[in-house]
Amino acid sequence: MADADSPPRKPVSEPDELTEPFFAAGAEGRLLLAACDSCGELRLPSSPVCPSCLGEGFSWREASGRGTVYTFAVMHQRYHPAWEPDLPYNIAVVELDEGPRMPANVVGVDNGELAVGMAVEVVWQREGDAPVPRFRPAADG
Amino acid sequence: MAHRLRGAAAITGLGITPMGRIYGKSATDFAVDAVRLAIADAGLAKSDVDGLLINAGITGFQGTGVGLQLQNALGMGGLRLLNHMNAAGSTAAQMVQYATMAIDAGMATHVVCVFADAPLREGGSAAAAYGNAGRRAGPRGILGLAAGAGQFGANTAYALAARRHMALYGTTQDQFGAVAVAERAWATMNPRARMRDPLTLEQYHASRWIVEPLHLLDCCLVSNGAVAVVVSPPDRAASMPRPPVYVRGMGQGHPGDMRRAGDSPETETGARLAAETAFRMAGAGPADIDVCEVYDCYTYTVIVTLEDYGFCAKGEGGAFVADGKLGPGGALPTNTGGGQLSAYYMWGMTPLSEGVIQARGEGGERQAPKRDLVLVTGNGGALSYHASLILSPHRN
Repeated sequence: MADADSPPRKPVSEPDELTEPFFAAGAEGRLLLAACDSCGELRLPSSPVCPSCLGEGFSWREASGRGTVYTFAVMHQRYHPAWEPDLPYNIAVVELDEGPRMPANVVGVDNGELAVGMAVEVVWQREGDAPVPRFRPAADG
Repeated sequence: MAHRLRGAAAITGLGITPMGRIYGKSATDFAVDAVRLAIADAGLAKSDVDGLLINAGITGFQGTGVGLQLQNALGMGGLRLLNHMNAAGSTAAQMVQYATMAIDAGMATHVVCVFADAPLREGGSAAAAYGNAGRRAGPRGILGLAAGAGQFGANTAYALAARRHMALYGTTQDQFGAVAVAERAWATMNPRARMRDPLTLEQYHASRWIVEPLHLLDCCLVSNGAVAVVVSPPDRAASMPRPPVYVRGMGQGHPGDMRRAGDSPETETGARLAAETAFRMAGAGPADIDVCEVYDCYTYTVIVTLEDYGFCAKGEGGAFVADGKLGPGGALPTNTGGGQLSAYYMWGMTPLSEGVIQARGEGGERQAPKRDLVLVTGNGGALSYHASLILSPHRN
């Protein structure tokens, strides 16, 4: 018998007031960073104010999409039902070549092959309609 | 000249409720029990208490935590000091710090500091008690990316930190295991500990993965219960019934995380700043510490904390703990009640309660041989918030 309940869905980040362009560019496979209009600091903006200089206002810049694995772990815990089929799955923090760090999964690599310092590049994938940034080993890495 | 706050207050009462899978009581009920026990332990009447500092655990984030209503549940009128504080796992040590400063400033005389939590439900797991964050609507935008990558809860944050330390310094799983084994050896001698069967390194390795590199036995024991302490002026403490435990040093450190290249909050924690302030106030250094009660939400937390207090160099924490020096008979008795890993997880009250017991010399079978200076540390967030106390049975 088919389960009448719809299967659980993975939570995905939705755009907020600051990040409409970030996710729109992601849908086109491009990774954007915010450059502070006052000091030029590059960041993934979780606030309208630059945490370096407290300046307001920023401009979007296209990032290289390249970085390295800063750290990673492998999730075994049943925590979210939609993620259960993926267990054990990797979680990582990628340090972009431009400096900011972002949480993401690394695809196209066995968990046992993952290493801190591994060169990776962004690959935008979709969960439902939502663009989700992930990384894969860099082509020339 | 000695720091003006060195010895400016003493812990004169301690109340610990039964711990663990205890049901049918709210966090506030547990808090009332712990406060009643602490006041009785100090030989005080309720009317002697004129300060109350409160710290809710995870239930504080779930709408069922203890709060300011505790004052009325206790029927405490005429308080001169009252607050509900939260800097996560660093709060317990911080409450004693603020109590010490308030007493020194003449704002209050006897201040009760209490932590209570009751996240466990009958038949429910610790993950169910602590987690579920991922099942609620998460944050949007950049802050939502972590949940979007399946990163849920504290376990993932500490696994990521531990992996970074392993990669930078060659820290090993055996070294994490050495912490778990040493703490369990202490727990076998603590009647209040929830896990009292001896543990081998092989059993540690055989425990299931939670978030690799963290096994189940790298993680603390989520518990229902409460702990309270009474903080009093030093001149009164000397004539109170229990051996006074003086506050000789205190400090805090909160490094922040800009999430960019150059920051290393995973491996260089707020313990550094806190240690600097606390050791200066105490006129002491790591070599003078006889007993360590270190916040141990995970085994890794102990290793990185001992490094940041200067017990060994940065990166050498794994090798430092691997020879068993933290365990019974070792050179640096640490988490002598079994800690959060093997006794009970009461946030910062786990190290503080055992620190008071050791400084009083009431550890019984597990009493450390020397207890002139006892270090108590608190850590919260993802190694984000840190506070320390240096305690002693001697005022000077």
